[in-house]
Amino acid sequence: MLKPSKMLVFGATSAIAYETIKLFAKDGTSFYLCSRKEDELKRLADDLIVRGAKEVRFATFNALDVNSVTEAVNDCLIKFPDLDGLFIAHGFLPDQKVCETSIDSMRQVIDINFTSAATILTIVANYFEKRGTGTIIAVSSPGGDRGRQSNYVYGSAKGALTVFLSGLRQRLSRAGVSVITIKPGFVDTPMTVDFKKGILFVGPEVIARGIYKAVLKGKSEVYLPAYWRFIMMIIKHVPEMIFKKIKL
Amino acid sequence: MQNDLTLESWGRFPAALHSGEIVPRSIDEVRNSMRSVDASLLPRGMGRSYGDSCLNDGGYLLSTKRLDKFMHFAPDTGVLRCESGVTLDEILRVFVPQGWFLPVTPGTKYVTIGGAIANDIHGKNHHREGTFSNHVIRFELERSDGTRFLCSRDENRDWFRATVGGIGLTGVILWAELKLRPIAGPYIEMESIKFDSLDEFFQISHSSGGLFEYTVSWLDCLSSNDVRGLFMRGNHIDKEEKAELKITHKTSQWKTFPCDAPSYLLSTPSIKLFNFIYYNKQLNKIKKSIVHYDPFFYPLDSINHWNRMYGKSGFLQWQCAVPVNDNYEAIRLILRKIHKSGLGSFLVVFKEFGNHPSEGMLSFPMSGITLAMDFPNREKKIFSFLDRLDEVVVDVRGRIYPAKDARMSRNTFRASFPSVNEFTSYIDPKFSSSFYRRVGG
Ligand SMILES: Cc1cc2nc3c(=O)[nH]c(=O)nc-3n(C[C@H](O)[C@H](O)[C@H](O)COP(=O)(O)OP(=O)(O)OC[C@H]3O[C@@H](n4cnc5c(N)ncnc54)[C@H](O)[C@@H]3O)c2cc1C
Ligand SMILES: NC(=O)c1ccc[n+]([C@@H]2O[C@H](COP(=O)([O-])OP(=O)(O)OC[C@H]3O[C@@H](n4cnc5c(N)ncnc54)[C@H](OP(=O)(O)O)[C@@H]3O)[C@@H](O)[C@H]2O)c1
Repeated sequence: MLKPSKMLVFGATSAIAYETIKLFAKDGTSFYLCSRKEDELKRLADDLIVRGAKEVRFATFNALDVNSVTEAVNDCLIKFPDLDGLFIAHGFLPDQKVCETSIDSMRQVIDINFTSAATILTIVANYFEKRGTGTIIAVSSPGGDRGRQSNYVYGSAKGALTVFLSGLRQRLSRAGVSVITIKPGFVDTPMTVDFKKGILFVGPEVIARGIYKAVLKGKSEVYLPAYWRFIMMIIKHVPEMIFKKIKL
Repeated sequence: MQNDLTLESWGRFPAALHSGEIVPRSIDEVRNSMRSVDASLLPRGMGRSYGDSCLNDGGYLLSTKRLDKFMHFAPDTGVLRCESGVTLDEILRVFVPQGWFLPVTPGTKYVTIGGAIANDIHGKNHHREGTFSNHVIRFELERSDGTRFLCSRDENRDWFRATVGGIGLTGVILWAELKLRPIAGPYIEMESIKFDSLDEFFQISHSSGGLFEYTVSWLDCLSSNDVRGLFMRGNHIDKEEKAELKITHKTSQWKTFPCDAPSYLLSTPSIKLFNFIYYNKQLNKIKKSIVHYDPFFYPLDSINHWNRMYGKSGFLQWQCAVPVNDNYEAIRLILRKIHKSGLGSFLVVFKEFGNHPSEGMLSFPMSGITLAMDFPNREKKIFSFLDRLDEVVVDVRGRIYPAKDARMSRNTFRASFPSVNEFTSYIDPKFSSSFYRRVGG
């Protein structure tokens, strides 16, 4: 599998994305970075150039503003017409309780984690399909494998993303475009600062190495670390009759 | 703010209880971070200092762990600009494959640029290259009142001199610019030579200085007459192909030291045995090998948390530098005292410093000999013993290294660093450390 030489990255400032693009930078990849924070993007751009990236451009976007999303993608395609990599890593983990009463919050979670990603994927997938090449990497979550009372709003948005990606993979496989779904377990990042860190927590660099390997090996769907596949297999197979009575 | 109150120094002694740790996420956040606390503050890198110079009992630590970005690199000159929390490990990872190496490195790569400047650290090439800060071109310092100083040899020179070796007390170093050195590959051509007396050590040291960039020795003071040890010397290999021939060591992370060691592991007989094996492991007088830079510079880094080997009560390091214009009398006296005390030390590291002048008001390296060793913190008598060693050092206008200290007296500190009076006026009023309250203040 070829490594992308020009990569569009959404959520470039996330801990998981940064650790990952560091690895690609070493290979001389060029990047188009997106997040809400211009200063941070500038800082990342300088850092990646020192690490070996060939060229780094960036633009701000807000996942809640669909125009800013499409503008960023379109600008990237103008700057990098031979774009061959897409990495979607932005995401938002809400307070589930708030989402149970606030319709606005609930919809925002779905828009940030799913609608914006589906928008990006639609434009870039068509572009890659036409060119007959490209690698798409998107960070979903094992939380999307089954709805749980503690986290089902975020979970359903990620679940929708997983389903979208799986359909896209099937559609694009004939066009020579690979679609990789990443499902990280508990990762020690700003998203989880308030969590008590148990033994299942790993650093973002562990996830990054897994993503890098998945790209090289042309994987389809990876749980990181791999043992999450087994944990989720068990969780998915508990009959609904029993599942509804446990607090997970 | 994170409330990990139990942060330790590498020696795990003394204990400190912090009010909290603030972690600014970028250089621009440092200002608000400093404002957000109303008690005393101390910058904190990787916490690889041994004693209490990276501790601020009762106050706050300002961690640079997220000031971890590179800013610029000029491949034509080797000048790297990076944020102060970037570690030497990260620099090596990125730059060795590109053919660059650190100008000076300590015995661990897990230290930050900020920490390296604040202790003006030295390495095995001091006799050739001087201290770390000798290769720092400039840096930016931010004070708690929000003022920033660009510091170099031309600009704000006094702040440069105060902050180099300034043990974190003059403000927060935000970023720095340093000059890397070119290398042909990651391998070191090294020799290790057995010696049986101090005179032999000096003879090898003097003949090695011009030929070898890196020199360091390991000493055994527990053998009965005189000293014995191994003299290690090395150079970067100029040709990569040569290295393919016989690489004796590959880089590897062995393991994490699992738990606090029981104290019998460190009794004098077991140290004697360790030293005996270490010395006799090498049968020939001279052993030549080609090794990766990792085991050559950072043998201890291959065991995570090796400091746990000394158990819960931690350990003490003692490192001095003494001038040698007295025909090595002071160093002989120190070695005799160590031998007589019977207080063993796993690692006695011995090296001849060069004449390169250190630039910081409180820089430790000086022309002469440096000797470092560690002791498990088990017996009270170690403290009085080290006080007696301090006296010998101070008598000949030598110095004790703050980065490794948990116990020197106020007088020893003042005698070690006569420029402390000048230094005091550069201390940030909001900054303090356990160390400085103990020895300065
Ligand atoms: C195994 C081992 C081997 C070693 N070998 C050597 C050696 O060969 N030579 C040598 O000289 N030292 C050696 N040391 C000591 C070590 O290099 C120094 O203590 C170094 O300063 C540690 O860096 P750090 O990032 O861990 O800083 P810390 O220990 O966290 O802090 C050290 C000091 O730097 C200050 N500081 C940190 N960051 C900043 C900043 N951004 N701005 C202002 N001040 C700051 C702190 O306030 C503190 O005073 C060794 C240590 C170990 C554990
Ligand atoms: N941490 C975990 O345990 C874990 C587990 C499974 C999956 N994940 C997923 O991994 C991905 C990376 O997360 P992380 O853990 O590395 O967290 P992080 O460091 O907190 O990153 C969150 C990212 O999302 C971006 N973002 C948030 N809201 C946004 C918005 N409205 N518009 C645009 N960008 C927005 C942020 O960008 P700016 O703030 O710069 O705009 C930032 O880049 C996410 O998709 C997350 O769901 C994380």
